[in-house]
Amino acid sequence: MSETAADRTPVLEARGLVKRYGNVTALDGADFALYPDEILAVIGDNGAGKSTLIKALSGALTPDEGEILLDGKPVKFHGPLDARRAGIETVYQDLALSPALDIAENIFLGRELRRRGPLGSVVRMLDKRRMREDAAQYMRDLKIGIRSMRQPVETLSGGQRQGVAVARSAAFARHVVIMDEPTAALGVRESGMVLDLIRQVRDRGLPVILISHNMPQVFSVADRVHIQRLGRRIAVVEPRSVAMADAVAIMTGAMEGVRVPLAH
Amino acid sequence: MSRGRPTGRRRAFGLAWRWSAVLLAVAMLAPALVGLAQPAAAQDEIIVGLITKTETNPFFVKMKEGAQKAADAAGVKLLTGAGAFDADNAGQTTALENMVTAGAKGILITPGDTKAIVPAIQKARAAGVLVIALDTPTEPMDATDALFATDNFKAGRLIGEYAKVAMGDKAPVIATIDGSTGVSVSVLRHNGFLAGFGPAEAGGATPVATDSQFVPDSRVVCSQDADGDQAKSQTAMENCLQKNGDINLVYTINEPAARGAYTALKAAGKEKDVLIVSIDGGCTGVQAVKDGEIAATAQQYPLKMAELGVDAVVKYAKTGEKPSGYTDTGVNLITDKPMQGIESKDTTFGLANCWG
Amino acid sequence: MDSPSAASAGYGEAHVARGSISAGEVIASIGPLLALLVAGAFFASRSDRFLTGQNLSLVVQQSIVIGVMSIGQTLIILTAGIDLSCGAVMALSQIVMTRLAVVNGVHPVPAILLGMAAAVGFGLLNGVLSTRFGLPPFIVTLGTLNIAFAMTIIYSRQQTITNVPSSMTWLGNTFKVGTTAITYGSVLMFVLYVLMWFVMRETAFGRHVYAVGDNPEAARLSGISTNQLLIFVYSLAGLFYGIAALQSVGRTGVGDPNAGQTDNLASITAVVLGGTSLFGGRGKIMGTLLGVLIVGVFRNGLQLIGVESVYQVLVTGILVILAVVVDQYARRKQA
Repeated sequence: MSETAADRTPVLEARGLVKRYGNVTALDGADFALYPDEILAVIGDNGAGKSTLIKALSGALTPDEGEILLDGKPVKFHGPLDARRAGIETVYQDLALSPALDIAENIFLGRELRRRGPLGSVVRMLDKRRMREDAAQYMRDLKIGIRSMRQPVETLSGGQRQGVAVARSAAFARHVVIMDEPTAALGVRESGMVLDLIRQVRDRGLPVILISHNMPQVFSVADRVHIQRLGRRIAVVEPRSVAMADAVAIMTGAMEGVRVPLAH
Repeated sequence: MSRGRPTGRRRAFGLAWRWSAVLLAVAMLAPALVGLAQPAAAQDEIIVGLITKTETNPFFVKMKEGAQKAADAAGVKLLTGAGAFDADNAGQTTALENMVTAGAKGILITPGDTKAIVPAIQKARAAGVLVIALDTPTEPMDATDALFATDNFKAGRLIGEYAKVAMGDKAPVIATIDGSTGVSVSVLRHNGFLAGFGPAEAGGATPVATDSQFVPDSRVVCSQDADGDQAKSQTAMENCLQKNGDINLVYTINEPAARGAYTALKAAGKEKDVLIVSIDGGCTGVQAVKDGEIAATAQQYPLKMAELGVDAVVKYAKTGEKPSGYTDTGVNLITDKPMQGIESKDTTFGLANCWG
Repeated sequence: MDSPSAASAGYGEAHVARGSISAGEVIASIGPLLALLVAGAFFASRSDRFLTGQNLSLVVQQSIVIGVMSIGQTLIILTAGIDLSCGAVMALSQIVMTRLAVVNGVHPVPAILLGMAAAVGFGLLNGVLSTRFGLPPFIVTLGTLNIAFAMTIIYSRQQTITNVPSSMTWLGNTFKVGTTAITYGSVLMFVLYVLMWFVMRETAFGRHVYAVGDNPEAARLSGISTNQLLIFVYSLAGLFYGIAALQSVGRTGVGDPNAGQTDNLASITAVVLGGTSLFGGRGKIMGTLLGVLIVGVFRNGLQLIGVESVYQVLVTGILVILAVVVDQYARRKQA
């Protein structure tokens, strides 16, 4: 992976992002690069600008300075829907699922399929069967074994709901999937299943940005780790080359200016 | 984590299902048990209906009692209904329809909205049901087969005449605490009082029973609509006193209004200087006359209205003969301070014949 | 990398395909129907006049105003809102319609349209105030309730309006099916319920209403414009209140300034009895129809067997509490 890195165009890139809130500078010339076929974890202490960076990339806020490039072309997001339309899907920490609606309805929420012909265009009738079939296919693609798409999401366990949210993003994303603390509310076993899911997403051709506080999980699943500190990217490391303790030290500033092999 | 849940959850679903079905059945049975206390109507039993304005006004409670007594004495079944609030036309219409369906031969009604109820009454009459208005006429009056009511104008006139003599030479400064805006009873009593009190100058015109609005009078310095409600009447009286502190005569549409006015006057220290007159003759009202809070009240007889009504329906059911026109159910002036030349009865009589 | 057994083992075992459509939904839909059937059976057994065509038609006729009004209320409650102004708006609408026609001589059709416009206008106001200004719907509609009520009293000068042109009371006209007289208004109510049942089930708008009531943040992040949707829902409810106003004119034949004073609570009762949750996101339009009919059946049935009408109020109260308890119990057993 790392040997050809210099020739590849990042799928999603940011250069010199700056964002200020009054006197507080959340992003101070931050850079970012996500390459195809990888899981990139973003770690950083509180106040490092991690969530601000992700919000800029997912369109939830507009940076004051700097540029964002998607597939090498500059883009400007005025809202999360812009990013979605550009092919960047986000799995939010609280999942953004509607518990009373069923799995198929949740997957297609806001993007419902209408019946073909006048029933769809004039009467605006939904094609529920097609949505259920497609939803079932998306779940199968990620090897999630829930059989009925008609179940209300509220009857699912935490890990299963996470599965639905991930399947939704994977189904509609064209370029990037962002996952914000996907295992924060889960137990060990279900976390493992979600990490497997993330690998499935990458293997199906969608690079994943993973935000997480959980170092062991990060180190078990990520291909590269972006370390954010004081509003800038201070390091990108490969889990197989760097010890978890060192990565944490860099993140907290305990290890300053130590030359670690940078993977890019 | 997932293993134990299916059976547990499905069992809980089943429980909830059964539990709720049982509870719903119980709720259904509650009115059933109540209904079981009343035997189902025998096939050719005569059914009389009574629809009052509300369930709670003691005037109507007494009316219902009187109707029930008369029904029991005549061996007929009484159905009752009412509106949810004073002018609830939809509620009274529904009760009317249901009583017709239940087979009532005649229905007695105190109409809340005297105009809007007419189409429903006409439908009932077209189905052969006798409809008699009690206490309040419909507009037009002949929309019902008959009317058994107090002559409200006369009731006002009685206390007006009394007040004139009781005031003597004092120049009257009058406040009126009336009922709901535009309601005929309120207009009739108010104008009747003024007619009985007499014109401002000798030879002047007095109101008549056909006047449809309050007739203006220079001696009335404050006139407030308070829905015949005690609390609202107290506020109205307080406001009137603020407007003119010299008020010495207060006409009130009914005794709750009089009580409210008295409370306001007492709080202002004026209860000894002001004469209060009222209408209705409820037991608490007559007691207030006895206690000296109200000088005189005109007593009406809802029990009699109800009895006459039930008897008329029974007669119709048995002989086909219908009552017609207006029957005056009587009114008496009740006071413990009789005035020269004014016919009245004392509170002992009043308490013996009161309602509520 | 590829561990199908590990992944699916955790996910797949917990659920069987069909049987776990939430039983809470089953209770919610079966419960009201069961209550209606039991009540109907009981009254039929106690009075031979209950189950006649004429009487059943009467029960429906007595329910049409609340019935149509409650469609709007259901939509609003599904979005986790509430509308206390529905009765007052309906009253204002029918006063506008009838007064324009009778006193100002306006042709019935524009008079009716203006009355409906007044109702939609209030709905729009409710929607805008509760979204753009972020005020709780309870407070907003409490305010518009009083405004509409006052406007009704002022505009009608407290007078009932009679001699309404017959084209306006048309919904009260009847046609015969066998020996039973059925009003056009009754038919209209059923048609409207079926129409909204379809919309809520089969269109994106319907599903979005549920989503917004269930988890508004999720709806927003899914690209649904929640403010727009809510404003539309409140305005649409206003339209239903306008139709209810026309139903009221058809039934009573007059413009009644005192109409609808207790209708806000009655419509909320019907919605709750029908199994819709006051917290939003769960419930069915047809449940509301059942709720409306349950109240109507009780009122009619109790009157027929001679029970005092105050017991009807008591029973309605018991049923409402039961309906909410069952709803809460079913919900707790699901999550």
